[in-house]
Amino acid sequence: MEDKVIEVNFGPQHPSTHGVLRIKVKLDGEIIVDAQPVIGYLHRNAEKLAEMGAYPKGMIYIDRLDYVAALNMELGYVLAVENLMDAQVPERAQWIRMLMVELNREASHLIWLGTHGLDMGMLTPFFYCFRERERILRIFDEITGSRLLYNYFAIGGVYSDVTPKAIEMIKEWTDDFVTKLEEIQSLLGKSYIYVSRTRGVGKLTADDVLSYGVTGPMQRASGIKRDVRKNSPYLFYDKVNFDIPSRTEGDVYARFLVRIEEMRQSASIVKQVLEKLPQGEFYNKKYSKPMLVRLKTTGESYVPTESPKGEFAIHLIGDGSSIPYRVRIRSPSFANLSSIPTMLKGYKIADLTASVSSMDPVFGEVDR
Amino acid sequence: MSDNILVTSLDEALRWGTGKSLWPFTFGLACCAIEMMSAMGSDYDWARFGSDIFRDSPRHSDLMIVSGTVTKKMAPRIRRLYDQMAFPKFVISMGACASAGGPYVRGYSVVDGVDQVVPVDVYVYGCPPRPEALIQALKMLQDRIVEGKVKH
Repeated sequence: MEDKVIEVNFGPQHPSTHGVLRIKVKLDGEIIVDAQPVIGYLHRNAEKLAEMGAYPKGMIYIDRLDYVAALNMELGYVLAVENLMDAQVPERAQWIRMLMVELNREASHLIWLGTHGLDMGMLTPFFYCFRERERILRIFDEITGSRLLYNYFAIGGVYSDVTPKAIEMIKEWTDDFVTKLEEIQSLLGKSYIYVSRTRGVGKLTADDVLSYGVTGPMQRASGIKRDVRKNSPYLFYDKVNFDIPSRTEGDVYARFLVRIEEMRQSASIVKQVLEKLPQGEFYNKKYSKPMLVRLKTTGESYVPTESPKGEFAIHLIGDGSSIPYRVRIRSPSFANLSSIPTMLKGYKIADLTASVSSMDPVFGEVDR
Repeated sequence: MSDNILVTSLDEALRWGTGKSLWPFTFGLACCAIEMMSAMGSDYDWARFGSDIFRDSPRHSDLMIVSGTVTKKMAPRIRRLYDQMAFPKFVISMGACASAGGPYVRGYSVVDGVDQVVPVDVYVYGCPPRPEALIQALKMLQDRIVEGKVKH
């Protein structure tokens, strides 16, 4: 009997696409011969809409890029604008930014862990992860006033100060988060089924990673120890101690271990920031909103930051008018997604959900 | 026959049962999907209100929550998924984007409101709505089902 290749459509509606990903899969039996991602189901013109308003007005579209880590997105935009206009930011504001960004990294990784569990057929980790995530969201609710999309980082600082009650809540959270994390890790990592379904699956070599521009935990799981927070520190990342976890296997299980270890490191950064948080202004009064709306600048700026998904940056060009000429978004999920054909080729169809969910794609950011 | 007391009270009982046993459809589009997951998660636990775990197939479910921006590329797929659901079926439009285009209404690729594609029973405001708002929408939908005022 001759070989017959069939084409199977995966998505855009599927419980484990993490949004609206569609993959055209070519199958020989149950072996994947070819897989091509089809994107654009959430294309909502974020770049062009951000180019239609004044500099502070672009924030709401940047917020909604990677909606599970909105503060990390805001940071990329705020740093780019501040770099463009050489703004002075008070020291306390920078530490508060660091604190919030690391907390949001935890929230993002917890969502990933929960949904990864769902994709692997386990419902329990989802509820454990959401219980922990809700505690972080309550802290955000106390500080920023909203749960998911914050619009909290302002050009020249942050919009509101961290209250003593919020600091108490964060301390309470850091005290027992690491033990809770071990509990969640043991649910997946000690499960024979989970480990045998993920070890040696969806491999990417260091060469693949470099050629596709894959960044973030996926890159570090393939043996390349690179983190923007260490390699070109922004904010005060050079003043805190933390490690960059990395593995050399490059499979789904390695990505799981790298992300878990990253969460531990983030918790330790949060602890250190609380110790070092100085008193003072949280907002530079010079940059009031009416002034920023009329702000005219020229030049280009590109400040890379480490978002939970990888290297995130905004390439901003000002042409001397009060609205940006170009807001180009370097989104990590988009680059990571391009490695799908290499990652899936040669594996079985049952490994597809494991591989795709290990990438942690968020479609607000891929389609923009 | 519709004037018959037995049949009308049976109909009422049926509507009451339908309202209290909704099976939502796993259908996340954008940001609001994360809050929808929170509503299902441990803290808000909307199974308390008679709407249990999300089903993965449109054929198993009777409630579609459109959670996020509807683009012109996605709209035909939403209609197809809606057509695949079995009667009785209900739609909640969650958030500003699904209800009226939200902040993206000026975009060339965005449909301003999912009600142009499928009939909507309850709209939820907010960008994104909090899980409490979604739970309120669920309660409103249940009341409407009991009263027999739904679109389908």
